[in-house]
Amino acid sequence: MSDLNTAMIEKYRTSFLNEVEANVEEGEWVKMCMQCGVCSGSCPLGKFWDHPPQEIFMMIRAGKRDQVLESESMWMCTSCYSCISRCPRGLPITHIMHGLAHYAKRLGIAPKGQPTLKFSQLYWDNLVKKGRVNELKLGMSLYFMNGFGEGVKTALKMKDIGMGMMKAKRMSPVEMVGGHSVKDLSGFHKMIKKAQELEDARIAQHGRK
Amino acid sequence: MAKREYSFYPGCSSQKGSSSSNYLISVQTMCDELDIQLNEIPDWNCCSASIGYSGGGELPRLALSARNIALSEQHNPGQEIVASCAACWLATRETAERLDEDDSLMAEANQALAEGGLKLKNETPIKHMCEVMVEDVGYDEIKSKVKKPLEGIKIAGYVGCQTNRPFGIAGESFENPLYLDNLVDSLGGDSIPTYEKKVQCCGGALAFSEPEKSQELIKGIIEAAYDHGADMIVTPCPVCQMNVEVFQDQINDTYGTKFKMPVVYYSTLMSVAFGRSAKEAALEGQVIPAKKLEELAK
Repeated sequence: MSDLNTAMIEKYRTSFLNEVEANVEEGEWVKMCMQCGVCSGSCPLGKFWDHPPQEIFMMIRAGKRDQVLESESMWMCTSCYSCISRCPRGLPITHIMHGLAHYAKRLGIAPKGQPTLKFSQLYWDNLVKKGRVNELKLGMSLYFMNGFGEGVKTALKMKDIGMGMMKAKRMSPVEMVGGHSVKDLSGFHKMIKKAQELEDARIAQHGRK
Repeated sequence: MAKREYSFYPGCSSQKGSSSSNYLISVQTMCDELDIQLNEIPDWNCCSASIGYSGGGELPRLALSARNIALSEQHNPGQEIVASCAACWLATRETAERLDEDDSLMAEANQALAEGGLKLKNETPIKHMCEVMVEDVGYDEIKSKVKKPLEGIKIAGYVGCQTNRPFGIAGESFENPLYLDNLVDSLGGDSIPTYEKKVQCCGGALAFSEPEKSQELIKGIIEAAYDHGADMIVTPCPVCQMNVEVFQDQINDTYGTKFKMPVVYYSTLMSVAFGRSAKEAALEGQVIPAKKLEELAK
């Protein structure tokens, strides 16, 4: 268990809701949920969530910390924004789900090997490197994210799609060497570093807000 | 001088050798025909789409779009930002709103930007290219440019998610937007306003991390288009376009279907209807060829 996780359990012993409000992006909205269930009914991957958003909100208020943060549920969000556009009380549900997922990952208690967690991290690392996404490298890292053997299998399965994209000039082997980049890469990296420092400081001191 | 000009954010997937490079080609053709000048934001960066949240916390993610808006305000002052990609538009507009509502986040974003010598004023409207077409240009002007009507071509308007929610096009509903249908009609094609999967999610980025679950969603989107007798699907979103087009063989293997449904961008439809060549309409960028458009573009 990470130090941050232990510290947070200690700090918010009595209220997981307070912890979420202080540390999760848009977490201050959680108490506004009126339990109508429209979000859960609207979710395209709803049937694959262990706990759909409506349940997650109630579980946060009931103090079910581990069950929420260790859940795969939030990682099923496709960012379709159906829940946001339909919520009668205007909760930014998509963002809360991303926020919970990020917080669980930050605490080191997100489910190990969760494929969307892995892909999401690969995507972030990929874009931060050059300031722009390198689709070819992202695709390759995705295929091989579960090791070499499985990677070869996935790459073979995806071979025809790759060939089709290549033929349509929508994929290029040139991207493997170099590839697209922002010009002011040093300024870009300094900006990201500073943003990360500010965010870390905020969380360490007072929670997010 | 062009009739209209915008500060343009093309986005990662539009770059040469990337998955929606064909979209950019047809957008340029479409804008050329409508006398719209697109001034690319110099040195723009990735917006992190909606999937970078595992590694990227709130401020680092907001800083990405803040940098693009700041660059636009510095180099293309007074011009509205236009994004052709749904995710780019959404992330940029969301950032502008979030920073507008929260002074301390805005101050921190500017602290981060200062490291790269930039400053954000956050006074720039952020539009999707579809808003430019529907609201600024309008159906009448589009209609007046049609040289080759898409006669007898039945087209399912697949709006998808992020072009539609949470912002969408003014005056359109989230549940049953009609602007793609109106656009198809303006180009002389046969629209399908009752295409029930028009705002169904394709899985987005989860098409890569959760392929089976996403392909189940994609199957429904294509099946409904066939049920309506569609010749092709049209979409404004690069992720929708790719997901619905390129996984059809895998879906056929899994479900025993025989899908071969072309999925094109509205900008491709418009370029063809405006009488431009197959190359300018980026028809060679189709993985599943849109034969009826190819014939028309000959």
